[in-house]
Amino acid sequence: MKAAAFDYVRAASIEEVCRLLAEAGDEERKIIAGGQTLVPLMAMRMARPAMLIDINHIDALKGIRREGESLVIGACTRQADVLASAEVRAAVPLLSEALSNVGHEQTRNRGTVGGSLANADPTAEIGLTTMTLGGEVSAIGAGGERRIAAAELFEGAMVTTLGADELLTAVHLPIWSAPRTGHGFHEVGIRHGDFAIAAAAVQLTLDASGTCVRIHIGVGGASPCPLRLTEIEGALTGKALDDATVEAATAAIPDLLDPQSDLHAGAEQRRRTALAMVRRSIRTARDRAAQNA
Amino acid sequence: MSDHDISLTVNGRRMTGRAEARTTLVDFLRDHLGLTGTHVGCEHGVCGACSVIMDGRPIRSCLVYAVMADGAEIRTVEGLEGADGSLSPLQDAFWETHAMQCGYCTPGMLIAATALLERNPDPSEEEIRDAIGGNLCRCTGYVQIVEAVQIAAKSMREAE
Repeated sequence: MKAAAFDYVRAASIEEVCRLLAEAGDEERKIIAGGQTLVPLMAMRMARPAMLIDINHIDALKGIRREGESLVIGACTRQADVLASAEVRAAVPLLSEALSNVGHEQTRNRGTVGGSLANADPTAEIGLTTMTLGGEVSAIGAGGERRIAAAELFEGAMVTTLGADELLTAVHLPIWSAPRTGHGFHEVGIRHGDFAIAAAAVQLTLDASGTCVRIHIGVGGASPCPLRLTEIEGALTGKALDDATVEAATAAIPDLLDPQSDLHAGAEQRRRTALAMVRRSIRTARDRAAQNA
Repeated sequence: MSDHDISLTVNGRRMTGRAEARTTLVDFLRDHLGLTGTHVGCEHGVCGACSVIMDGRPIRSCLVYAVMADGAEIRTVEGLEGADGSLSPLQDAFWETHAMQCGYCTPGMLIAATALLERNPDPSEEEIRDAIGGNLCRCTGYVQIVEAVQIAAKSMREAE
């Protein structure tokens, strides 16, 4: 379990990272931030980059700030710092709750928000949250800077649409400021903090009469990429979210998923678990929304 | 493939070595610096045996390349004892409750629990279990480990 040999460069700036990536030619060069996904892959020789470009010392890639109706988190911000942030908890509480399911203290202290998104593990909670909220990432490369919607970012398990010459620089998460907004996040794993067997994220807004006027539903771990369930969202919009309505509108969810079987759970178990997590998350979000009048 | 001079402050002492980029921090500590107290288990970030404190925070030293830690301050299990060689209150409590069987997970457990008690002197049982949640004990001696952390927390509060 030792990585294949590689060259290492500690980059001092975003420009240096872009230059090193642009000059790669046929050589595989990979960015390393927290390393909590990449180092295990390299230990198992599932990844053998010729060069690692360390971005941990680039301050411009760190920090949490509000930009209009979005919360912007620098790609190299540690998961532990985001989880501890009162600003995040107030603006995008769904992310705070998702992060409490991300790994363990020792991995959150190194792992970054951008690293999780760029590695695109199908069970990753940060990708699920970004997908559910309709967030975006920004990236910079030889062709300049661009924004990529979460729906366009994830291409398959561990695969994104980021170019080999591109550095993911930040994630932008919409802030829902309407009253009677609530969120829910539920996950099942072998241990708390382990890879999800299935997870669900929900954020919704109710009107004064308790009718759902806006709902986003996402599922993780049960398809190659985090999935937004827009059909189910449509079926619940304009409805009062009593348990019977939620149950009926979500019944089709297992058929919308494309889960893998592995030694932790079979595909069928993942379908059923995902359904249960969505229903639970909707109820949690609904009850919180009712209290946030 | 690049070799690097690496300088760390380990348990308050400046230590240097030279290693390939692919050398993990745990291998550097054990094989280059001779600090074999930190155990290496799964080598891919699952078991927690290699936990050390890096710049004030517990991390898994098998998931950090030593070159990435160049310039960092590291605390390992060797740094937990007092200047006179006496056991820390936590180590003492592990002794008292027999919070180890084979001892393989012990350094990682001690590091995780030390980091917990430094930021939270009065943790609940749930907080203790969460703090050691990333550390596997395959003898399944978790009950005594949790008990040891509770005893240590109490004795450290009383000594304040």
